[in-house]
Amino acid sequence: MTDPLALDPVLPARERSEPSLRRWNEDLPHDERYEHFEAHVLAGGKIEPNDWMPDEYRTAVLRFVEMHANSELMGVLPEREWIMRAPTLRRKLALTSKVQDEVGHAQLLYRVAEDLGKPREAMLDDLLAGKTKFHNVFHYPTKTWADIGVIAWLVDAAAIVAQQALRDSSYGPYARTMQKICWEESVHIMHGRDVVVTMANGTAPQREMLQEALDRWWGPLMQMHGPRSDRARDRDLHWRIKAKTSEELRQEFLTIYVPRIRELGLTIPDPELAFDKDAGEWRYTDPDWNELRTVVTNHGPKSQERLEFRRLNREATAWVRAAILAEPRAAA
Amino acid sequence: MTDDGNRMIDEGAPIAPGEASGEGPGGILEPYEVFRQEKDGDPMRHGGNVLAPDLELALHYAREMYSRRGESVRLWVVRRADIGVLDDLDLLQPPLDRSFKKPGGYVMRDKLAAARDRAGTTKPGARAASHDTTGRRGEGDR
Repeated sequence: MTDPLALDPVLPARERSEPSLRRWNEDLPHDERYEHFEAHVLAGGKIEPNDWMPDEYRTAVLRFVEMHANSELMGVLPEREWIMRAPTLRRKLALTSKVQDEVGHAQLLYRVAEDLGKPREAMLDDLLAGKTKFHNVFHYPTKTWADIGVIAWLVDAAAIVAQQALRDSSYGPYARTMQKICWEESVHIMHGRDVVVTMANGTAPQREMLQEALDRWWGPLMQMHGPRSDRARDRDLHWRIKAKTSEELRQEFLTIYVPRIRELGLTIPDPELAFDKDAGEWRYTDPDWNELRTVVTNHGPKSQERLEFRRLNREATAWVRAAILAEPRAAA
Repeated sequence: MTDDGNRMIDEGAPIAPGEASGEGPGGILEPYEVFRQEKDGDPMRHGGNVLAPDLELALHYAREMYSRRGESVRLWVVRRADIGVLDDLDLLQPPLDRSFKKPGGYVMRDKLAAARDRAGTTKPGARAASHDTTGRRGEGDR
């Protein structure tokens, strides 16, 4: 809808508001289009659902967001197990609310992924068939109430380190969704830290329970962001789908949370863990990458049980989806 | 709510042909709500509304009203009649204690001090990043 009476622009189009031009949406030869797209993304521009995008970009964003959505959906199962065993009514309300939030995050993220072209049913099929993954930390059992504190505080903290960086993602709908998700996650972290600090003030057995939970969760926490990767070869980084490498995220997590864990008198079960002032980074025992690979390919201690729960749950709620999607019937 | 405290979507039925002064025969002016994106990547925010007989003119009017000085990079117009509204405060702002859903519901200062005393540790130095205070601002304040 160009104004037929408009004067010629004072500035050539390219020199006006670059990001709004979206020249890659024009009917150009593929290579030229691709160049405009890439220049826009590399300059920090955003891509919206109706924009043209190379298939590789679409697939990369979809894979990333789908994994994130799966993790939110599966991530509530370990915590859900403790709702009925929460020690007080307020803790029960807080935990229930957290579980609701996380399922809500899954809803938001599946919507972002659906807009990229993969139907939700297909995503759930793939999750249950083991064709797509969810985060390693959700494949483990929750043995005590202390696990609930450690998960809500430290697993969510490790996640939010990554999620805050995603608020700058080049894919606009994902970046905006992360704004809301991070806001809610920050409350979960406070809930978790409150549980942990309360236990740290408790009886000797309660403090032991807390230390024991930290001992079990430390390994998975250190594995969570994944092995060090080569920045230059990471296409998700190149296209600014994500902003930081796995090692940058792990370092950031350690910098903030190691002092907070230690101030409670807890011992981090890694004798190698120390901040190297000269190198300006944390040294630690290399995480067990074999364990990570085993766990995320659904061979973790609780992988099959949790997938089975999802499968049953999906069958049990099939009638709801059928009722919503049914053709309206004329009243008798 | 808009900046001046008015409800974003006010009531108002479509204007019938007779009332639509100056419009050609058969033209029904309807309110279209206008959403604008100020810069690339921003969320679409409500700007105001225009009265138009169809979607195409609504877009032209919206451009005249909401990007005269290049202050938008994208506009959306939506027929007001197509907008669903929920403003029941019993549902949106339930009058129960939900502080466990908010950062202010967790006050840890004394507990932390007690835990440090017991552990014989000192308060860690201040660091730039902190995730459990980021939520202090409401989502709408961003």
